[in-house]
Parts: sequence; C-alpha cells; structure tokens
Amino acid sequence: MTVDRTSRRAVVAARRGASAWASERVACVLLLAAALASPGAALAGPPASASSPPLAALTSEDERLAAREAQLAHQLRCVVCQNQTIAESNAPLAADMRAVVREQLHAGRSDADILAFFEARYGAFIRYSPPWTASTWLLWLGPFVVLALGTAVLFGTLRRRQLALSSAADVRTSAEVTHHADEATLSPQDPALEFPR
Amino acid sequence: MSRLMWPLAVFLLLAALLALGMRRDPRTLPSALIDRPLPAFEHQLLDDPALRFSPQSMRGQVWLLNVWASWCEPCRDELPTLRQLGGRDHMALVGLNYKDQLPAARALLGRVGNPYQLSAVDQEGRTGLDLGVQGVPETFVIDAQGRVRYRHQGPVTEQVWRERLMPVVRALQ
Repeated sequence: MTVDRTSRRAVVAARRGASAWASERVACVLLLAAALASPGAALAGPPASASSPPLAALTSEDERLAAREAQLAHQLRCVVCQNQTIAESNAPLAADMRAVVREQLHAGRSDADILAFFEARYGAFIRYSPPWTASTWLLWLGPFVVLALGTAVLFGTLRRRQLALSSAADVRTSAEVTHHADEATLSPQDPALEFPR
Repeated sequence: MSRLMWPLAVFLLLAALLALGMRRDPRTLPSALIDRPLPAFEHQLLDDPALRFSPQSMRGQVWLLNVWASWCEPCRDELPTLRQLGGRDHMALVGLNYKDQLPAARALLGRVGNPYQLSAVDQEGRTGLDLGVQGVPETFVIDAQGRVRYRHQGPVTEQVWRERLMPVVRALQ
C-alpha cells in the first residue's frame, strides 16, 4: 500500500530529522560555548564595518523567529501521520503547515494567534497536547480516577481480609474456650482460605 | 457470586467501549468548519485560466465542493461515481483541484469524464488548509447561505452518496 510506504518513509525521515536536530543542537551548544569562552577574541577582532550591526540584528531576529517556529512546530499535530508533530513529520501537508507557521511569524503574529489559526481549521485535535475542554477533561483526569478507584478497591479488600482474619481468630479462640469441638474445622490447613462471611 | 459480578460487569463495559472504538477510523476527524461559513477563496478555473471562481457565486443553492487531485487514486476512482450520481440527482458539484499538475488534471478529466460544473485550482494547497483538508478526496456539503454543513473524507461511493451526502442535501433543500 502506498500509505504504508509513505508512513514508513515518514518514520525514517523523522528519525533522520531527529538526529539532524540533535546534531544541530550539539552544534549550537558548541558555538555558544565558543562564544562564551572567547570574549577577548571577539573584542580583538577587526573593527566592525558600518553595515554589520544591522546585519547582526537581523540574524538574531531570524534566529529568534526560527526558535519560535521550531517550538510551535513541536506543538502542532500532523493530521496525516497523527502521532507525529509537524516538526517531526515529512508529510507534504506538514511541510505546508510549517511554511504557514513561518509566514505568520514573519508577519508578526503571536504564538497564540498561530495556534488559534490552526485550531479554527482542524479543531482542537491539531494541538499535540490536548487543551482542557469539556470533551477532554476525562482524558486528563481518567488515569487519576482509575488510580483512585484501584487504590480504594485495594484498601477495601485488604481491610475486609484483615477483619475476616481477626474475626476468624476470635471464633477459634472462643470455640477453643467454650467447646471441645472437632479439631479439623477449628484449625483448617489454611485459615486464609475459609473466611466466615 | 456477587464477588465475581462486579469485575465481570466492568470487564464487559470496557470490552463494549473498546469494541465501539475499534469500529471507528481514527484517521477521519470531525471537521472544525461544520455550521461555519466556508472560507472565502478565489482561484482560476482548470478549464479556463482567464476565469476565476469564488464560492460567493454559489449563494442561494445547496452544493457540493469536492477536493480532488489527479495524483490521488481514490479521487480517480470516485470520478465516474460522482459524474453518474451528480448527473442523476442534478447536484451542483464544484471541484477544488488540490496541489496538482494542471495538464495531468485536465488529461484525467478528459479521459474519465468531468463530473464538475467547474474546477477551481488550489495550486498551493492554501485553500485546502483553510478547509482543514487532511487528505484528498474530501467532499463538503455547502448550504444556500454558504455554510459548511457536512464533510465526507475519502472517496464517494454509491452508498456514501445515498446514505451520507444526499440526506444532508435533501434536508437543506
């Protein structure tokens, strides 16, 4: 099937993308370390020409936008390959969406505006982390509800078992004191298996 | 006995819930545009690049907007169905040619027959994005006021036409 092939390709590409991202990050860290380690070298460099300050300002602005773009891309779901963000996905639609994010950032729109833009078109599902709404509260609270129920059942069972054990012990001692009853019923092989109800 | 009833009831409930979930296709999503105005666009026509189409011109009638491309196999499959059923039921059907090669799109319609009154060309896929298109083909039912009332994802078959699209259209007419 073509779908399988494309999704496999997307996975491979995503892996490749992830490793590229990691190496990019390493490069960034190295650059940053180099910049921090050698302030003297930067000062000792040739005097800046007239055109360099605005150029430097432009690139830092671009870097800021690129960082915001990457951050937004990690918050938006690719609707073609639904378990990936558009940052990870290699699907054409994800590429289109990244282009839209970039355009809108350059047009000066806020992160919230851009997320709202996609949500208006694709619904809340487009957010990789679902927002807290009337239809998603169960999704968020469900695991905790199940945990609480499980804990309640566990403690209830333990308590019942303990009560049963102690009352079994009571029955046995009172039986030993008052009657000389049959040994077999009074001290069964495994008292835990026969609880009076 | 009652000790066993509770876990059994919980198990059956969970099993029923999961069985219901299994029957749904997770790739089809509800459209965010239902009952909202169709996003405005204006594109050149596939047949005649000199002319342009805007959905504004369809006001006053219920119509279908079908997003298609010649590179998409299910779209090629649904073309004859659309042509036959659209003609039979006199349905206004507009195509949105999505991120396609125009000569290939024209050639396909020439070969299989053209079911559309006209096809507008969304070369960049931006109108598709405005429509929340996930993949082609998708078919939207638009009411006389220009609002989106229904979206079908995937190819239109005779059954989809009869059981999904037409009931919505009839209710709106």
